[in-house]
This record gives sequence, C-alpha cells and structure tokens, in this order.
Amino acid sequence: MNFEFSEDQNMLRDQAQNFLRAKSDSKAVRKILESDQHYDEALWKGMVELGWTGVTIPETYGGIGLGHLELCVIAEELGRTLAPTPFSSSVYLATEALLQFGSEEQKQAWLPKLAAGEVIGTVAVGEGTKTVTQQNMQVTARGGKLTGTKLPVADGDVANIAIVIAKDSDSAASLYLVELGGEGVTRSTVKTLDPTRSHAQIEFKGAAGELLGGAGEGWTQLEKLFDRAAILFAWEQVGGAEASMQMARDYAMGRYAFGRPIASFQAIKHKVADMYIAHTLARSNCYYGAWALSTNAPELPVAAATARVSATEAFHECSKENIQTHGGMGFTWEFDCHLFYRRSKLLSLNLGSLPRWKDMLVTRIEQSNLDHSSQ
Amino acid sequence: MDFSDTPKEAEFRKQARAFLDANATPKSKATPRRDEKEADLIKRAKAWQKLKQENGWACLNWPKEYGGRGATPMELIIWGQEEAKYDVPTGPFAIGLGMCGPTVIAFAGEEQKKRYLPKMASGEEIWCQLFSEPAGGSDVANLRTRAVKDGEDWVVNGQKVWTSGAQYCDYGILLTRTDPNVPKHKGLTMFIVDMKAPGVEVKPIKQASGHSGFNEVYFADVRIPDDHRLGEVGDGWKVSIVTLMNERLAVGSAGGPDAGELLELAQTVELGEEPAIQNQAVREKIATWYCEQAGLKFTKLRVQSALSRGGTPGPENSITKIVSANKLQGIGNFGMDLMDMGGILVDEQPMEGQFQAAWMSAPGLRIAGGTDEILRNIIAERVMQMPGDIRVDKNVPFSEVPQGGKS
Ligand SMILES: Cc1cc2nc3c(=O)[nH]c(=O)nc-3n(C[C@H](O)[C@H](O)[C@H](O)COP(=O)(O)OP(=O)(O)OC[C@H]3O[C@@H](n4cnc5c(N)ncnc54)[C@H](O)[C@@H]3O)c2cc1C
Ligand SMILES: Cc1cc2nc3c(=O)[nH]c(=O)nc-3n(C[C@H](O)[C@H](O)[C@H](O)COP(=O)(O)OP(=O)(O)OC[C@H]3O[C@@H](n4cnc5c(N)ncnc54)[C@H](O)[C@@H]3O)c2cc1C
Repeated sequence: MNFEFSEDQNMLRDQAQNFLRAKSDSKAVRKILESDQHYDEALWKGMVELGWTGVTIPETYGGIGLGHLELCVIAEELGRTLAPTPFSSSVYLATEALLQFGSEEQKQAWLPKLAAGEVIGTVAVGEGTKTVTQQNMQVTARGGKLTGTKLPVADGDVANIAIVIAKDSDSAASLYLVELGGEGVTRSTVKTLDPTRSHAQIEFKGAAGELLGGAGEGWTQLEKLFDRAAILFAWEQVGGAEASMQMARDYAMGRYAFGRPIASFQAIKHKVADMYIAHTLARSNCYYGAWALSTNAPELPVAAATARVSATEAFHECSKENIQTHGGMGFTWEFDCHLFYRRSKLLSLNLGSLPRWKDMLVTRIEQSNLDHSSQ
Repeated sequence: MDFSDTPKEAEFRKQARAFLDANATPKSKATPRRDEKEADLIKRAKAWQKLKQENGWACLNWPKEYGGRGATPMELIIWGQEEAKYDVPTGPFAIGLGMCGPTVIAFAGEEQKKRYLPKMASGEEIWCQLFSEPAGGSDVANLRTRAVKDGEDWVVNGQKVWTSGAQYCDYGILLTRTDPNVPKHKGLTMFIVDMKAPGVEVKPIKQASGHSGFNEVYFADVRIPDDHRLGEVGDGWKVSIVTLMNERLAVGSAGGPDAGELLELAQTVELGEEPAIQNQAVREKIATWYCEQAGLKFTKLRVQSALSRGGTPGPENSITKIVSANKLQGIGNFGMDLMDMGGILVDEQPMEGQFQAAWMSAPGLRIAGGTDEILRNIIAERVMQMPGDIRVDKNVPFSEVPQGGKS
C-alpha cells in the first residue's frame, strides 16, 4: 500500500512552495485586493514558465504530461498562498473540459495555447442567486448561437474562452465553447466578497458557440467536470485551512495577554486543536480524492463529494477561528486573516454550495454499492 | 498512490483470511445480538484467544518466545483488519494485550516475562490496568495508593477506581506512590499485581448505562514481591507513559452505528409521509458524519501506508478517539430522533436498538482513555507545539499539593 505522494511530487511541492513564497506573498495578494488589476500577471507568467498550466496536458498538445496528483500538489500550495490568478478556472475547469470532452480538433486548437498561458479559459454556469438546474436554466443555444446571461463567472472578464452550459431545448443542455472576444458577448467585472479573484457577468446575444462533447449531454458532462474540479478545489481549501491554522497558532505564541502568551490559554489551545482535527479529516479525504482522480476510479463521485464537503468545512472553520484568535487585530484590513476568510467562502460557493454537495454525496452513497464500513 | 498490498502483504492477508474462514463466521447483518452472561463471553473469548495463539495469530508483534509471532507492524494491522470482519470475541483482552503486555515487555525482568507473557498471549490469564483513582484520573500522577517497602516485598494500601474488567482479571499493572515527599511525578512506581492475592477486593460499579464493566479495587496490606516491580523505584511515571502510548493505539475507533447505519435507518423510518432519507436536514447530517467517518478511515490508511513503507507515522492518529466518540454520540442521538416519540423505547427498535445503545455508551468513551479535553491538550501541545498548561503543583512535594474534598 502506498497512500503518499512520490518523491518527485514532493520535489514539485518544494519548488512550488519556494516559488509562491516569493511571488505570491501577502504583498502580491494585496496588490490585487486593492487595485483594479484582475489578477497577478507576473505571477501567472511565472506559473506558466514552470509548466503548471500544462501539467495535465499531454506533450502532444504542448503540455508536460504529468498527472492529476501533481496538479493536487500545486493546488494545495496555491490555496496556501491565496495565489491571485485564473489558474483554477483555466486549468481545473476549462483545460479539463477540453481534455475530457473535446474533439481532436478542439484539443489541437486550444490545449497548446492553454498550456502556454496564451489563452485563459473558464467555465460559465451560474445565473444569479438561484441553483441552476437543467430545467430552470435561462441561457439557451439555438443553431449554435447563445443567448442569455451568466453570473458570476470566475475570471470571466479576463478569459479568452469559456465553456458555457446552455439549454438546447426543454429537455437537454449542452456544453459550448465560446470565444469571449467575439461578437455577441458583453462582459463586465462584478464585485464579489473576495476581490483577490476576479469575476464577471457575461451577456450573450447570439454569440457563436461550438458544441463541446455530446449534444444534449451537457448536464452529465458538467457534473463529471465539477467532480474532478471539486477535488482540486478541495486541495486548495486544505492548503488555505492549514495556512489559517498555522497563522492562528503562530500569532497566539507571540501575543501576550494577562501576562502569558494567549497560546497558553486552553480556550485557544483547544480552538487550534479543533482546527487540526477538521484540517486532518479534510486532508485525509483529499488524499483519497487525489487517488480517485488520478486513477479515474469508479469511486470518484463519492470521493469528490467527500473531499469537497470536508475541505469546505475545514477551511471555513480554520479561517473564521483564525480571526477569532487574533482578537481585534483579526478584524482589521491590515491583517491577512480576512483574506483567508473571504477565500474560504469564495471557494465553497464557486462549485456550488455546501448543502448541495452534501445532498449529492448522500445521493451517491445511496446509489453506490461501495463498502462504506469504517475499517 | 495505490491501495493494493505488496505481494508479501497480500500473501500474509491470504493466510490470515484462510485461518479466519476456517475458524470463524464473518459478521453480517444477520449476526445476532448476544445477550450472553459475562462468564459465557469470557469462556468464548478465552477459547478464541487460545486457538489464535496455537496457530500463531495472537499478539502478532510480540517476540516469539513470549507467545507472539515477531510480525511487523503492518502485518499486525492486516490481521486486525481481517479479524474485524468476523464475529469473534476479543473485547476482554483489549486492555491486557494492548496495554499491559507491551508494558511488561518493556520493563519486566526476563523471569517475569517468561512467566506472564505466554499465558497472557494464550488467553489463559486476563489483565487489567489499575491507574485511575478517586483523586487522579486525568491527573493520574495525583494518585494516593501507597506502596511501602517491607523486606523483599512491597506492601500496598489504597483504592483504584474505574478498573475495567477487574472482576474477571487475574493480574494487573498497578501504579502506586512510593515517595510522597517529592513532586508527584517523581514518587511513583509500577508493579505487577496478582488480583487474587490476599487483601485485594473488587467491587463492581454500576455504570450510567446500567452495565457493570468497571470496578473499584481496594488494596489492604497487599504484598507484592520486589521482583514484580516494573522499572525502577520512582520511575513509575515513565513506565505509565509507555502504557498510555499503547492505549492511544489500542483504543481506536469507537464501535457502533456509523453513517452507513444511520442512512439505513433513514431509509427505513418515515418522517411525515415519506422515508426520512428524503428530508434535506437528515441528508445533511448523514453527509457530515459520513465525511468524518471517511476522514478517519483515510487517516488510518495514511498511518498504515507510512508503516508499510517502513516509515514513522505522523501524529494524525491523535484525532481518532475524540472524533469517533463524539460522532457516535451524535449518530446515536440523531438516530433516536428519527424514531420520534418511539425513540425512547429500548426494546423492539429498528436495527436492534443500536442507536439507543450507542448514545448510552458514548459518554463513557469520551472520558475513558483520555477525556476530550485532555486529548485536545495533547494535540495542541505535542502536535501544534503550544505551551503546556501552567501547573501549580509542578515543583511541590506531593504531600503539600492542594487536594479537593473527597467526592
Ligand atoms: C469592531 C470592534 C470595535 C471595537 N471598539 C472598541 C471601542 O470602541 N473601544 C475600545 O476600547 N475597544 C474597542 N474594541 C477592542 C475590543 O474590546 C478588543 O478587541 C477585545 O477586547 C479583544 O482584545 P484584543 O483585540 O487585544 O485581543 P486579545 O486580547 O489579544 O485576544 C486574542 C484572542 O485571545 C483570546 N484570549 C485573550 N485572553 C484570554 C484568556 N484569558 N482566556 C482565553 N482566551 C483569551 C481572545 O478571546 C481572542 O480570541 C473594538 C474591537 C472591535 C473588533
Ligand atoms: C468506561 C470507562 C472505562 C475506564 N477504564 C479504566 C481502566 O480500565 N483503568 C483505569 O485506570 N482507568 C479507567 N478509566 C478511567 C479514565 O481513565 C478516567 O475516567 C479519565 O482519565 C478521567 O479521569 P476522571 O474520571 O478522574 O475525571 P477528571 O480527571 O476529574 O475530569 C473531570 C473533567 O475535568 C476535565 N479536566 C481534567 N483535567 C483537565 C485539564 N488539565 N484541562 C482541562 N480539562 C480537564 C476532564 O476533561 C473532565 O471533563 C475508565 C473510565 C471510563 C469512563
């Protein structure tokens, strides 16, 4: 049995940590927080140069052809440092959609550009504050032309292409690849609770869309795509959770009240212990998710929902209690606590809310014949 | 990453399964709940232990000369995984083999090891752990039971409490105070005690759950030969740490209903006009506990993976008991809620009343083997490297430490 990352993967982690510590420090993240820039272009360029945008893309399409375990390693480090780039949209979602459902032509057309970072991709699903379903979806496609509004679309203002789910008829939806620079597309940046990650509203008025994958199979494809991305998001969440926990612990060691470090008060110690518990459960579930993702295991849907739910809970727990541990300082703009708090909620909603994933998880447990024993 | 056994591990697992298939019945939903007398359980447990020992499947990681098999930690885990799938009685030996045995191996003289370990391994003699006292549970080093040297013997007077299994045990490891005039951790000494010796009196305690699993044990001028001492005089704390470290390994997940059982229940009972499983609040609860259950399972696998590859596991396992005991309490509680007014009934419940039983036993699990609060302290101090609690009794002779009123 081997339930660990390999030596090479751990080397990649070291490299990622060194790079991100220098390039995605608090100052870099705050530059995006407080300016009109949508993402950190220098950081993005550095990530592209390291080959990260092509990690899962085969060499024939200009990638470096490693695998999803490597991508999990990178995701954790990006989450830990709050890297303000369109990486998740472009790599976990758009690239993955092309790898999974793209025709040979589409792959040849887009994957090399995605790998080279020349093209940024994203996925457009949300339509405001409702839970989008196949039935209530408003964006429609008729004869390859899309109409309607998607909101919010992560990185929708900076992406060159979007994979859009649209309704073809009353009973079917499909995925369409849309060039966002083309006619019939209007985009505007929207305000979100995490300004370190850019989001947009995209309005389609007869925009040209190219079918991606099977006609009418959009909904199942989207579910599959989100399952795969959920595991990578979960790794980002685990990275963010661990960073928040560590921040809380370190601050508590140095902050004195009542003549002692607050780290010596049980109320704080037990808070940090609870963070450790939540974080460890989530991390272990993420290991399983990583395994399922990298092997395309039949357990993937259950593993993805499990990792997603526990990582969402862990990041929220750690980021909110990190603020609490910092006292008044935790509630200032100046301290980074709120950046993690913001990111935790963003990541938890980006692929659909916690209640929804919990519901899906139970549906999948009901459907599967897996062994759910505790042993 | 992969979950498959190495060829050697696979071969070992095959052998373990072959033995189990030949000698035991796999657990299944049809496995009856046994309402057997304690004496019958002990008889069954002893027979199973003896059979295992004769075939090389007892105390796998102990040296062969003491009744074990000299197996690797990974082989022990594989055996544990396989044995857990069968309906076999191992409970009465958990403390003796899991905690007392390793302590005897680490600290007893050769003669005592040869005398005691093989009979422990074969199930002929059962052992208990005599640490906790009225004055010292979490703070076990505050114990008062005195051992005084008299010639070649020690004479013990005092009282232990919460001693699981003392009513059927033959021997125990006993933590005593030998020097009250030094700070409390420094004046302790550990012994092997014969539970049938003159002056030992065992009084069962009726637990909140109604069972009588643990006891008060009184010592009145009980004589223990000096060669039954474990470790040096005054080193009892160091010896007890070895026992307690093994305790954390031995007390793994709490048994009882888990998310899967709750799901099954929710499919069976109705909430309003429809099966409870269709209720959103019910589904969310199941999902939460399922994720905890899975998180514990994969945490265990991470530890096993490290062992399998010859490495040292990280501190992840420290979360197991605290999470599983609380999960058990929550699942028991919610399972009964799903039965609505009928949830209070103990007999004729769906799924054999396991939710009621879990809810009644969970409070004890959150206390035994280190309370939730002590475990959080351990995680904060050992894993997160935060400061220890301020101790007012650290450098004070035990005889001068403030003590509360006797409860
Ligand atoms: C929105 C806001 C408005 C405020 N307005 C005012 C105002 O108008 N006037 C004013 O004077 N102050 C004001 N404050 C300050 C506020 O009273 C302090 O922030 C608060 O008392 C906590 O002190 P601290 O920030 O120094 O945190 P710390 O005391 O450093 O606490 C940090 C963490 O340690 C914990 N901790 C500290 N001591 C112990 C202990 N003994 N046991 C267990 N845990 C402990 C705390 O609970 C916290 O989680 C305001 C704060 C905020 C956030
Ligand atoms: C079912 C069961 C079986 C047992 N079997 C055995 C056995 O076989 N042998 C044996 O020796 N013992 C046994 N015990 C005893 C067990 O180890 C103790 O009950 C346990 O260590 C707690 O000690 P206590 O009961 O004295 O509670 P206390 O130590 O008095 O604790 C009371 C409360 O105070 C809290 N507390 C205490 N100290 C601290 C602290 N420093 N910081 C924060 N909170 C604190 C505790 O967490 C708890 O909530 C058993 C107990 C149970 C319930």
